[in-house]
Amino acid sequence: MKIRTIPLTLALLASSAGLAQASGLPQTPPPYFAANCANCHGTDGKSTAAIPGIAGKDKDWLEEVLKAYKQGTRPATIMHQLAKGYTDEEIAILADYFSRQK
Amino acid sequence: MNKFNPERRRLLQGIGASAAFAAVPGTALAAKGKKPVGRVVVIGAGFGGATAAKYLRKWSHGAIEVVLIERQKEFISCPTSNEVLAGHRKFETTVHSYYNLKKHWGIKVVTASVTDVDTEKRVVKTDKAGDFSYDRLVLSPGFDFNYDSIAGYDEKARETVLHAWKAGPQTLALRKQLEDLPDGGTYVLSIPKAPYRCPPGPYERASLIASYFKEHKPKSKVLVLDANDKIISKEKLFLSVWEKDYKEIIEYRPKWNVVALDAASRTVTSELGEKVTGDVLNILPQQRAADIARKIGVVNVNDRWAEVNWITLESTAVPKVHVLGDTLSAAPLMPKSGHMANQHGKAVAAAIVEIFSGREPQPTLMANTCYSMVDGKRAIHVDSVHRYHPEKKVPLVVEGSGGVSKEASVEEGIYTRAWATTIWKDVLG
Ligand code: HEC
Repeated sequence: MKIRTIPLTLALLASSAGLAQASGLPQTPPPYFAANCANCHGTDGKSTAAIPGIAGKDKDWLEEVLKAYKQGTRPATIMHQLAKGYTDEEIAILADYFSRQK
Repeated sequence: MNKFNPERRRLLQGIGASAAFAAVPGTALAAKGKKPVGRVVVIGAGFGGATAAKYLRKWSHGAIEVVLIERQKEFISCPTSNEVLAGHRKFETTVHSYYNLKKHWGIKVVTASVTDVDTEKRVVKTDKAGDFSYDRLVLSPGFDFNYDSIAGYDEKARETVLHAWKAGPQTLALRKQLEDLPDGGTYVLSIPKAPYRCPPGPYERASLIASYFKEHKPKSKVLVLDANDKIISKEKLFLSVWEKDYKEIIEYRPKWNVVALDAASRTVTSELGEKVTGDVLNILPQQRAADIARKIGVVNVNDRWAEVNWITLESTAVPKVHVLGDTLSAAPLMPKSGHMANQHGKAVAAAIVEIFSGREPQPTLMANTCYSMVDGKRAIHVDSVHRYHPEKKVPLVVEGSGGVSKEASVEEGIYTRAWATTIWKDVLG
């Protein structure tokens, strides 16, 4: 038995993808930094509090709004300051991520 | 997967993403029939530790076993506790259960005190729940007071002179002292030299207690003795509110470092020998990393805080021990706040999931916000976004990001309360 399991283990360890797959761990990392927004907009952007939820919103709209905050053209108490911390590329990733949360 | 070039990896992990990894429904967490890839023990279930525990389960799709050890039965929020002191909020609304972490996220929540950690054998020992071995340890025990910084602040004195800087019984006890204070009495708040937990917290407390006095005991005074040279957070905003609304109530004395107190006569003495007497003394001693962190050996900055690698938040002193929250020696302009501890918790969870997945952890962005109420309705904020600097090897504030409120507003008062409700859910739900 032992002899047969060793090559299998080695094969799995040889590839991180294999390791992740066999264990149930995700094979590709999610955009961890999107969780920065969860403190105020809820885990995965889901919230019903006064700071609005952003899960499942249209991707283009999210991108547009975040860029407008960044440029200071959309009125805000705080988002204009936070949005300036992210590159346009990151904003596109955030928009994509939150648009897919249902 | 191994063929990823570093740039592509960086994009996918630290800052990038593929659409495939959206939400993980709680029910999918079981990783059915599969052996866990490893066990993480988390010490301390506050804003940092509880967040790390939840996000380890979420991002590992349940593949990492998580044991969360906390001595309190319930989560008591320090943010919003100043509202309790002012009578603007019920204490019960700041107390939250660990139920969802157990039931929804499959975390083993253990109510016990950690007595020791064997970092060689990787075993955590507790007073009443036995021992737990770990592959990785996450340490988020907060801070402890250095009572030696103030002569006379002995156990007897601590029965009547409160800090109320860790929310809980002291919050209620200080509220009671304020309620019992006759109109015309003086409340004295002393602030230690930074760094301490929640930089704007004392100024919020002074504002809120002043607002309580203004309404209920208009002849009473708030005397703020600050060991720092000036108000260290949101200075202009606090000063403008104090000038407009609390001119007759709040007196602020900078560079006033309390070095001794006499509980019987309710007198405090400054470094320069000046004396002040009050009716309610609310004295905050200096702070340092929690004693358990010291015992484990991670406290290696000025014998006070713990230094970490800012990608993994792993201790620079003890391998496989990740440290977060108030215990840390903070990065430049990074406050000791609940919001920040939550962000540390996510950074640690991401790093550990990457390590268990056989990938190299990448730096992630972090952000802070500290809201402060200034009366029963209005609030102000300070915020910042922090990005890892590859040469300096610490997160630095992104140029042009962050800032403070224009002025105190009711709109931000509403957001402040929404923030609390939402972050509690993000940490515990
Ligand atoms: C400190 C709390 C806080 C954080 C953190 C935060 N937001 Fe916001 N967000 C707000 C508030 C408050 C508003 C309302 C606009 C304002 O006053 O700034 C808002 C508005 C928005 C809106 C517009 C929603 C609408 O329906 O009009 C979007 C989109 C948004 N935020 C996205 C994000 C993203 C993405 C992140 C993470 C990078 C983020 N926010 C982080 C507080 C926050």
